Amino acid sequence: MRNAYLSALHELAKNNADILAIISDNGAIVYDKFRADFPEQYINCGISEANMVGMSAGLSSYGKIPFAYTISNFLVYRAYEQIRNDVCLQNMNVKLVGTGVGFAYSSLGPTHHGTEDIAVMRCLPHLTVFSPADPLETKKVTLAAALIKGPVYIRLATGGTPPVYEKDYDFSVGKAVEIVPGKDLAILSTGSIVHEVLLAVKELREEGISARLINFHTIKPIDREMIVAAARATGRILVVEEQNINGGLAGAISEVLLEEGCGAVKFQRMGLNDTFAAGYGSYDDLKEMNMLSKTHIMTAARNMVRN
Amino acid sequence: MTFEITTQNLKVKAKAIRRSIFKTICNAGGGHLPTCLSMTDILTVLYYEVLCIDPKDIRNPERDRFILSKGHGGVALYAILADKGFFDERHLATHGKKGTILGGHPDMHKVPGVEASTGALGHGLSFGVGTALAARMDANPSRTFVLIGDGECQEGSIWEAALFAAQAKLDNLTVIIDHNKLQAMDKLDKIVGLGSLSEKWAAFGWSVTEIDGHDVDQIRETFKRLPIDKDRPGCIIAHTIKGKGISFMENVPIWHYRQPKPEEMKMACEELGLRLVEGIVQ
Repeated sequence: MRNAYLSALHELAKNNADILAIISDNGAIVYDKFRADFPEQYINCGISEANMVGMSAGLSSYGKIPFAYTISNFLVYRAYEQIRNDVCLQNMNVKLVGTGVGFAYSSLGPTHHGTEDIAVMRCLPHLTVFSPADPLETKKVTLAAALIKGPVYIRLATGGTPPVYEKDYDFSVGKAVEIVPGKDLAILSTGSIVHEVLLAVKELREEGISARLINFHTIKPIDREMIVAAARATGRILVVEEQNINGGLAGAISEVLLEEGCGAVKFQRMGLNDTFAAGYGSYDDLKEMNMLSKTHIMTAARNMVRN
Repeated sequence: MTFEITTQNLKVKAKAIRRSIFKTICNAGGGHLPTCLSMTDILTVLYYEVLCIDPKDIRNPERDRFILSKGHGGVALYAILADKGFFDERHLATHGKKGTILGGHPDMHKVPGVEASTGALGHGLSFGVGTALAARMDANPSRTFVLIGDGECQEGSIWEAALFAAQAKLDNLTVIIDHNKLQAMDKLDKIVGLGSLSEKWAAFGWSVTEIDGHDVDQIRETFKRLPIDKDRPGCIIAHTIKGKGISFMENVPIWHYRQPKPEEMKMACEELGLRLVEGIVQ
C-alpha cells in the first residue's frame, strides 16, 4: 500500500508543482525516489506532528496541496486539534496520510497501532475519509484525494498488503464496492482486513454459505444505498474491522441502518472489543490473537446464518 | 481621508482603537479586554504602517499575512479591520451576538481580513511557518507576522514550529510576543515561568530583539529593520502591560475575562475619553 501511495504521489507531483510531500521523519528510504526527483516538493519537518499539520494548513492557504504523512497513531491522535481546527474548521486543502492503521505494525505494539482512527476522524466536518483495501485501491484513493478541494484523510496499512481485486474496477468516491455477491449475509469491511474477509467468504461458499462482501474504501461520506441494499437483500449484517468496535465502521453502518428503517436486521460487530490490540508477532499472528482471523470471521458468519 | 503616518498620528489612532475595543466588549457583555489592550500599540503600527495589505483587494496573493495566534484578542483585530474598512464598522456593535460575523475568536471564513481562524493556543505559529515557507517557494515577496502571547509559549507546539522555522531559515517570518507577564489565572512566573524568553528564542535559532510594546517610536523602528538578520526568523519580544490604558486594570490578573461593573465602566470611560449613557458606552 505504501508503495502504491508513493507511486501515485509521484505521478501527482510530476504534473503539479503545488503537490508537496511532507513527512514527520517517517518514511525513510521509501521516499528516496520522490526526494531525488522533486527535492523542491519534499519537506521533512522533523518529529513534530502538530507542527507538520499546522504548517500544512498554512501552506495550503497559499494554494499548495500538502500530503502530510506519518504513522497514523502520531498523526491522528497527537495532532488531532491541529487537524480539527487548522485543517477541517478552515476547510484547508490538506491531505493527511496515516500509515500502519489497524495493527499493521503488529509487533511494534499498541503505541504504533491505529485502532480508533476511523471513529475519531469520521466525526470531523469537511473531512473525506478513505480506507483502501489493497495497493490498486490505494492508488485510486490517492489520485482522487488530489481532486477533492478540501481536507482528506487516507488511512493506509503498510507494505506487503496482498491484492483484494483481481482486476481493475470503476472507483467512485463514496461508492462502496461489492467484491463478492451473496444472499445469506453481508460482510461489510474496510482496509487491509478485507483480504482476510475475502478468504473467509471463499471458504464459506464451499460450505454452502453465500456471503456478500462489501468493501468501504470511503468511510466518509458513507455509501448509504449499499448498506440499505445489503440489509434488505440478506437481513444479516456482519461488520469486520481492525478497530475498536465502538465508533468505527460498524458505528457508521449502524447509524445508517437505524435511520433508514433497517433496525430489525441481524447485526454484529467484529473488531477489538473495547480494548487495544493484544500481543506481538506477525500481522497474521495478531489477527489470530485478536479474533479477527479467517477462522473467526467464518465462525461468526456461520452463527449468524444458522442461529 | 488619507492617514499620514507619524508617531503622533499612530498614538492618536491607538487611543481610538482602545476606545473602540472597550466599547465593543462592554456593549457585547463579554470578551477578553486586557489582552486586547496590551497589544493595541503593536497592532496599530502593524496595520497602519507595516503590513502591505489593501482592504479593497483582500485576496491579493502578495499581501502580507498577519496571524493572531492569541485569538482571544480578536476584538483588537476587529476594531482595526473595521477602522481600515475591511468591513463595515457597524458590525462591531454585533460582536458576540446572534447573527454576528464577529465571534469571541476570529473566523477566517466570516471576517474579511482575518487570515486564520484561531482561538486554541499554540496553532498560529505553525500556520505562519506554512505561509512563510509557501511564499519563499513561490518567490512571493509576502511576509508573515504572527502575534503570540507569552503564556502561549507554554504550549509545546510553539517550540516545534520555532525549531522548524529556524531550520528552514525563514527570514520572511516575524513573531511578535505580547509579553505582558500575565496569563489567565495569575502572573506567568507564579504558574509556569518561562525564564528568559529572549535567551530561549535565541537558543532556538531566532534573531531576537526586545522592545517596549507601548513605545510607538520603538515599535516603528523595529519593524523598519526587518528582517533582523538574513536567513533567520525574527522574534520581537514586546514588553507590554495587560490592560494598558485603563489604570485599574493594568497588571491585575483578575481582569483576564472579567467584565467591568457600571461604576468601573464609568471610570474606564473617563480615562479613555468615552461616555457612558444609560449603561451603554458611546
